[in-house]
Amino acid sequence: MEAATADRRTVAPPQAKVTDRAKAERKLAYLLCAPAVITMIAVTGYPIGYAIYLSLQKYDLRFPSQKEFVGLSNYIDVLTSSTWWSDVFHTLIITVFSVGLELVLGMAIALVMHRAIFGRGVVRASVLIPYGIVTVVAAFTWRYAVDPASGFLQGTFLLSDTAAPLTQQTGSYVMIILTEVWKTTPFMALLLLAGLSLVPDELHEAAKVDGANAAQRFFRITLPLMRPAILVALLFRTLDAFRIFDTVFIQTSGANNTESVSILGYNVLINRVNIGLGSAVSVLVFIFVILIAFFFVKVLGTSTAQQRGEEV
Amino acid sequence: MTGDARQKVMWSIGILVVLLYALFPVAWITSLSLKTPDQLGDRKFFSGIHFDNYRQIFKTSDFTHALVNSIGIAAIATFIAIVLAAMAAYALSRLDFTGKALILSGALAVAMFPAISIVGSLFQLWRNIGIYDTWIGLIIPYLTFALPLAIYTLSAFFREIPWELEQAAQVDGATPFQAFQKVIVPLAAPGVFTAAILVFIFAWNDFIFANTLTSSNSARTVPAALAFFTGGSQFQQPVGAVAAAAVVVTIPIIIMVLIFQRRIVSGLTAGAVKG
Repeated sequence: MEAATADRRTVAPPQAKVTDRAKAERKLAYLLCAPAVITMIAVTGYPIGYAIYLSLQKYDLRFPSQKEFVGLSNYIDVLTSSTWWSDVFHTLIITVFSVGLELVLGMAIALVMHRAIFGRGVVRASVLIPYGIVTVVAAFTWRYAVDPASGFLQGTFLLSDTAAPLTQQTGSYVMIILTEVWKTTPFMALLLLAGLSLVPDELHEAAKVDGANAAQRFFRITLPLMRPAILVALLFRTLDAFRIFDTVFIQTSGANNTESVSILGYNVLINRVNIGLGSAVSVLVFIFVILIAFFFVKVLGTSTAQQRGEEV
Repeated sequence: MTGDARQKVMWSIGILVVLLYALFPVAWITSLSLKTPDQLGDRKFFSGIHFDNYRQIFKTSDFTHALVNSIGIAAIATFIAIVLAAMAAYALSRLDFTGKALILSGALAVAMFPAISIVGSLFQLWRNIGIYDTWIGLIIPYLTFALPLAIYTLSAFFREIPWELEQAAQVDGATPFQAFQKVIVPLAAPGVFTAAILVFIFAWNDFIFANTLTSSNSARTVPAALAFFTGGSQFQQPVGAVAAAAVVVTIPIIIMVLIFQRRIVSGLTAGAVKG
């Protein structure tokens, strides 16, 4: 950032024609942006800095007097514990399966909405309902649907009379992923629909004339042209899924080996009030999120920033 | 069957599947909330309409407080976020200055920020400065994390406004304030309104901050209260009460979403794709 400011300073003199009007405009722009920017920095930047500081301390609220600087030992404790790595694994399973399913389902719904001859409004309205529903409510809804004490699915072709999916590992994963997929597919579908509408119809017509069938047109024309939209949607949903908290908390609280990294952080910070160790978990989750974002932007070339730069 | 008719049938089936997908769970939780305690275990999807659960939750202060907290906190956070975001979005879409890309990338970074990474810090900080378990303690994180969404949505809308009309009105003799109020405000209102709905839904939905930064009825919102609901007795599952409360917080959002669906869709996609 410093380099950028220096650049601006050296570039400024040759363009000495920076008029008062332009200067006033710039000043107004900074004034208008300042409150939002300061708020965002103050409420994310400062706490993450504080979390890093806390993560270097031995600090347990049950024994506050024993607070002391311990360097990286909390990180070593976390990174050498099997709990952390198995929780990373659980989180990745949930992320990969839910985002993968959402992509396929979301694409199907987007195609239905895009190509619909009629009923487009009805479909759009109905897919927005899961989007609007509170995640905790969605999690309870599915939990109660399969709970032996209240569910209606026991004894049907889906579940045996005594089944209790949320007491087993596979069942728990199925329910958590199902809830996530149900709740967030609409968002995916809407993003993909916006991408679909950017694919020119003429290309499809031309390919049709050339004898390409529907599948060929989808895989050879639609998908490649939608790549940017798909990658942006995947980036958003992957990061979202990796942070999963609400659904796991309500449905299993992390039991049956479904604990996600966010649940782990919560348990250490809030239940065990081990602020030092919990902060190390928090910071590690933060680093993972940065790595995932970096992977999408650099490796897969999700050019959100570029697109935005052009359009602003 | 002609190709046309077959296509119509195919689409109808597709639409029906999507409708079932979206509505079935909502129908289920509603039906569950309308059961009596004796019917809860009857394993039926629908067992009649009884309002016992609703009567029960509105009798307890746990739920009524949470409802007031949810509405108040989400509304205030929405209002502040929209004011701050509108100022920034105006600058980003209309004014010429360096650092636009930096601000937009920064906002994007905030949108991807994992909440769990700062709940510990906020828990500590809020207790130190005395806003743990208060409305303001939740309003601050909500408005912050809603800002990226609001800035992107509003910038996208503001870019579409024909700002020349403002000058035209001034040429016609309107004062700058009149020009702004009579011309720009009506043009900007739909976008602002859309952003406000999206931010409200975001704040309404939060669980992790509400769960970690509150400890009592004084600021606990509905999603957090639901997680801590207890049955009439220690051994009774609060299924009916949770279902009824879930329906109460879901209905207003569904109505809002259905009325403003067109705007919400354009807001969501403008904020995410073009953003």
